Amino acid sequence: MKAAPFDYQAPGSIEEACALLADAGGGASVLAGGQTLMPLLALRMSQPFVLLDINKIPTLQGVSRIEGATRIGPMTRQCEALTNDTLAGRLPVLVQALSHVGHHQTRNRGTIGGSIALGEPAAEMPATAVALGAVIEARSVRGVRRIAAEDFYLGPYMTVLEPDELVTAIDYPDWPAGHVTIFREVAQRPGDFALVGLVGALVLESGKITRAGLAWFGMGPTPVKARQAEAALLGQNLDGLDIEGLAALAIADTAPFDDHHATAEYRRTVGRRIFSRTLREALGRKEAA
Amino acid sequence: MSNHDIELTINGRRFAGSVEARKTLSDFLRIDAGYTGVHVGCEHGVCGACTVIVDGRAVRSCLMLAVQVNGAEVKTVEGLAAPDGTLHPAQQALRDEHGLQCGFCTPGVLMTMAVLTAGNAKPSEESLLAALSGHICRCTGYQGIRRAVKRLAGENL
Ligand code: FES
Ligand code: FES
Repeated sequence: MKAAPFDYQAPGSIEEACALLADAGGGASVLAGGQTLMPLLALRMSQPFVLLDINKIPTLQGVSRIEGATRIGPMTRQCEALTNDTLAGRLPVLVQALSHVGHHQTRNRGTIGGSIALGEPAAEMPATAVALGAVIEARSVRGVRRIAAEDFYLGPYMTVLEPDELVTAIDYPDWPAGHVTIFREVAQRPGDFALVGLVGALVLESGKITRAGLAWFGMGPTPVKARQAEAALLGQNLDGLDIEGLAALAIADTAPFDDHHATAEYRRTVGRRIFSRTLREALGRKEAA
Repeated sequence: MSNHDIELTINGRRFAGSVEARKTLSDFLRIDAGYTGVHVGCEHGVCGACTVIVDGRAVRSCLMLAVQVNGAEVKTVEGLAAPDGTLHPAQQALRDEHGLQCGFCTPGVLMTMAVLTAGNAKPSEESLLAALSGHICRCTGYQGIRRAVKRLAGENL
């Protein structure tokens, strides 16, 4: 199908974009990489009056270091982030997750911020932001807000972002060098949305877990932070870890659904399994038979 | 509904026109510019048939608007072979290895292969296959495509 008619505007600055969003009074959609929005337009699941293209705003692009965090400009393309040295060093699990986002051809256009702002519950980038404790900066003519990623998502494709707000940065707090990364995804084909996915990071200090960030994707209406498992991991000695118990706790926070790809029960079963296996592998322990 | 004047290069030729905001790059290339080698399968980013090269990168042309390529350099399958008709190495490889049946997915597959082998790059077989996961072939001609990939990766069968 073809998109319904709309007006197209391509501002050159954040200020201009915010002014246009305010003027549109809720009738505008923001076009970032377009790899999710363009299909929604083509299927007429989204019919904005104004399409606000932010591809011409240079200050929304690129990766930089700020105090205690790595800042990703929302218009940083997924293909660029995949080969970015700062990200490879600071946020290895984000880079790992990125290689599962769509395909070569969609990563050439798709952006980090677009994926985060749209909030597809089975997508990798929203869950990675939640797991790592990222903060999303949103701007409007009314001012700037900083929103924790875990408070950002309300439901499938629904976020706390107001219609006049634009995501202007995603700040990922530093995780110490050598932290343990957790990533596993089960999908029908490479590049498909996950049926079940787990992403996160752990910090080990002399055999004890001192920091944990874990989130599921494809396991509920939003990315799901595995709060109970995170809390249970803190202060634990590696040797005494009850991995099966932790997996059960991690699943307890999820709310998966049935769809034509998999049942909720399948997702819970596979989720528990990949949690145990990924944690064992990440912590360098042999999997029990 | 806004209209926009755009000017771009397609396969090395200047092209100027006026497009409706909602027109996709794929429709623009086929209907306005006449490059019907751009095939439109699903029209919402799933099949990869519409893949073209924009400023050196393979992209799905149904997921870009025509107005967004103002000033860009676009390459379609029509721009692959040399002016004297000599096939591009990717075209030759697909031909030799029977990598196509109906040919509907082929222009997209070719553009991805062309971009990854540009400048005589010898990508690994794995990276080529990974990139080709972005293409669906309805004729299930994947084995022929895989053989072509092997050849392009420099490991002739
Ligand atoms: S027509 Fe563009 S991906 Fe299918
Ligand atoms: S050759 Fe027919 S779709 Fe691929």
